[in-house]
Amino acid sequence: MEKWENNKAWFLVLPVFIIVAFSSILPIMTVVNYSIQDIWGPGQSIFVGTEWYEEMLADHRLHDALWRQFLFSGLVLLIEMPLGILLALAMPKRGWGVSASLVTMSLPLLIPWNTIGTIWIIFTRPDIGLFGAAVNQLVEFDHTARPLDAWITLMLMEVWHWTPLVTLLAYAGLRAIPEAYYQAAKIDGASTWSTFWYIQLPKMRGVLTIAFLLRFMDSFLIYAEPFVLTGGGPGNSTTFLSIYLVKIALLQFDLGPGGAFSLIYFVIVLLFSYMFYQALQRVGKGEKV
Amino acid sequence: MAQIALKEIAHSYIANPKDESDYALKRIHSEWEDGGAYALLGPSGCGKTTLLNVISGLLTPSQGRVFYDGNDVTGLPPEKRNIAQVFQFPVLYDTMSVFNNLAFPLRNRGIQESEVKKRVLEVAEILELTPFLKKRAAGLTADAKQKISLGRGLVRSDVAAILFDEPLTVIDPHLKWHLRRKLKEVHDQLKLTLIYVTHDQVEALTFADQVMVMYEGELVQSGTPQELYESPQHKFVGFFIGSPGMNFLTCTLEGNTARVDGAGIMLDDEVAALGQKAQGKLELGIRPMFLEVHAQSVEGSIPARVKAVADQGSFKILTIDLAGHTLRARLTEGQAVPQNEAWLRFPTRWTKLFAGGRLVSK
Amino acid sequence: MKVKKKTIGLVIYFGLLLMPIYWMLNMSLRTNASILGSFVLFPTDATFTNYIKILTDSSWYSGYINSIIYVSINTIISLVTALPAAYAFSRYRFLGDKHMFFWLLTNRMAPAAVFALPFFQLYSSVGLMDTHIAVALAHCLFNVPLAVWILEGFMSGIPKEIDETAFIDGYSFPRFFITIFIPLIRAGVGVTAFFCFMFSWVELLIARTLTVTNAKPIAAIMTRTISATGLDYGLLAAAGMLTIVPGMLVIWFTRNHMAKGFALGRV
Repeated sequence: MEKWENNKAWFLVLPVFIIVAFSSILPIMTVVNYSIQDIWGPGQSIFVGTEWYEEMLADHRLHDALWRQFLFSGLVLLIEMPLGILLALAMPKRGWGVSASLVTMSLPLLIPWNTIGTIWIIFTRPDIGLFGAAVNQLVEFDHTARPLDAWITLMLMEVWHWTPLVTLLAYAGLRAIPEAYYQAAKIDGASTWSTFWYIQLPKMRGVLTIAFLLRFMDSFLIYAEPFVLTGGGPGNSTTFLSIYLVKIALLQFDLGPGGAFSLIYFVIVLLFSYMFYQALQRVGKGEKV
Repeated sequence: MAQIALKEIAHSYIANPKDESDYALKRIHSEWEDGGAYALLGPSGCGKTTLLNVISGLLTPSQGRVFYDGNDVTGLPPEKRNIAQVFQFPVLYDTMSVFNNLAFPLRNRGIQESEVKKRVLEVAEILELTPFLKKRAAGLTADAKQKISLGRGLVRSDVAAILFDEPLTVIDPHLKWHLRRKLKEVHDQLKLTLIYVTHDQVEALTFADQVMVMYEGELVQSGTPQELYESPQHKFVGFFIGSPGMNFLTCTLEGNTARVDGAGIMLDDEVAALGQKAQGKLELGIRPMFLEVHAQSVEGSIPARVKAVADQGSFKILTIDLAGHTLRARLTEGQAVPQNEAWLRFPTRWTKLFAGGRLVSK
Repeated sequence: MKVKKKTIGLVIYFGLLLMPIYWMLNMSLRTNASILGSFVLFPTDATFTNYIKILTDSSWYSGYINSIIYVSINTIISLVTALPAAYAFSRYRFLGDKHMFFWLLTNRMAPAAVFALPFFQLYSSVGLMDTHIAVALAHCLFNVPLAVWILEGFMSGIPKEIDETAFIDGYSFPRFFITIFIPLIRAGVGVTAFFCFMFSWVELLIARTLTVTNAKPIAAIMTRTISATGLDYGLLAAAGMLTIVPGMLVIWFTRNHMAKGFALGRV
């Protein structure tokens, strides 16, 4: 759609700008402020330049947490995107089933994040949990003691919690495809697979971009659920970036390193989101034939 | 290529239709000759798209059978019927190049790549798409996109018929003409059966050899554009075709004279006799073009009053009041335009009698 | 047969999806002693004591009321501010529009953990600490950009000609926007409200930081109780179940809007 050129449109954006800027600009300035000073009490601080940044960038525990985070987000996207699309394809298109599936699908999304952790603690405990007890009949399984089990549990929880978001968005995209596309595909003799690959997937590009970015950002910033479920353990095996950050910033009250850490963290998310956004814009739209 | 026959087709979108109004299509029975150019004309919601989908196989009719060249295809899906369809707005595979779009129906049918290439290049040439073959389909203009949709039908050498569902809706007015001419050319060149659904009478009348007019789920008349114009079989056809549409006057019969609130209009003897026996409300119908308007009284003329004159360029449309009824007449250039007073003459040949909406004819 | 396979797959998934929730329901209907004493698939000695305890103790149930208040305020603020902004992004090109849009989105990308402290300082300095409005405003940080993003998608699906016709007919912008345009994207507004409600309802870290007692969200009260009472699984499960209820009510009442909104697509 060709847009009108008019700078007065700024007035329409102004309320949003003010309300977001209020909660955004001052806090981020404050964090920048922390990151370049050594603070040891109210009003007592000295300028340290990039010292905290250097310290954080050299911190091998941060490196470990970062790799863990990449592995986690990578697995999340790898599992949730295809599964979410598959489920969206399976959802009914008309009748009472639509409302019923939408409501059921949305359930995990509407549970507060720490309740999610609670649900899964109860669910996976070997003595009183349905999942824990059932699995322990077959193999020894304990997410509080064995890193691999902790990861499996976390991934299960994460997939259970967030796949519905991908499904809902993908479903919205699917429903927006006009019937004529399916009719044309039928007449052209396209198989189910070709219909998916050449019609459904390209038409879902917009919503899948949103889903992908949201899932990337939120999984990369995940905090409450693993904090409640594993507390970062056993050992440091599930200490993701946010958990490590909270350890430094709030529990040890090292505001300087915490601030530097946050900004590095923020820049990583920003950079990757931007890269993904650009890449996803190009896929299926670019000039290549 | 194929001859298509529809036998007693009826369709309802409701699972258990109760009365006639539940049917989108009511008893359609007709034959479509091989290689003909047909238009299916009617207002929105008259069932023309439903009928098109029955022919293409996207819908299985609730009742009746569809035959292609005498073979019953009612139960066959669209891909087994060898038809192609062009939709209201362009349906393209956005991620593919124009070439791959055109090749898609052939590749799906497992045709050899060398043959695919040959066919695609041929069709691209006919449709003037050759320069775009390597481009992405998504970036083209609406008319080029519609040509690709059409091309996907043409590439198949075995295609029996091409169906069009208001294909020019999204095309700019100045390109509509160009695209319609292209369609004509394709028809002359390839001798395919074309069925063209539209609500635009100009499109239908210029494109088709045979026009089928649909009204409330029924085929009310099928014929050449001239037949539709000169002898509409149904009041709706008279009203819908022609601009402005046919004039209608409620009347009673007295011998061979039709009485319209006192004014007497002579009818054909035989028609009048049939009209006496006919059921339903009687109405006179006359095309504005055939209604004679005189400034002075002539033999057999009735006095009337001119209400308005609209100049349309090469002709004028007069709005006339006849005993409280409003009539329109079309005057060609050079004819004297009566001011207030006018005398109307209804030529017997062009004065039609309708009973219950249907033409009374010999 | 293909259709059937799909449906079976979906039903199995729903079964798995509901299982953890069912298990919490099971726990919530039993006493702690019973939970630790025996493993049963269906509670035979079902009791509502956990629920009664929560619903009769104001330090518990006020948490629900607080959460509902700030979530509602947040949803309203997000929609009211995002609607005109989304309109601007979908209809106009203006100086810095793309940068503005991306900047809005970046606010979803900041790690909340460290921003909690500056938030605390900011809202203390303007005297909003421990109020519902503080949490509602803070949640706007991630909800407003999302609302703008989703609404922009819906609005782009409405042809510009509608606006032009209305302006030619002499509608003023506010009147056109409220009486014509918003009704056209009603379903989109419903979907957006759902997402705003959801993300505000489930967020905990910021909500907990900005509240002490008066506006404390239920989710925060729950965590406090874990550490205080040790591990009363029955009570914990009941509290957890109750945090799901408002969300369930919201989707139940908006299910038809959602179905329609999702059918419109272009989220």
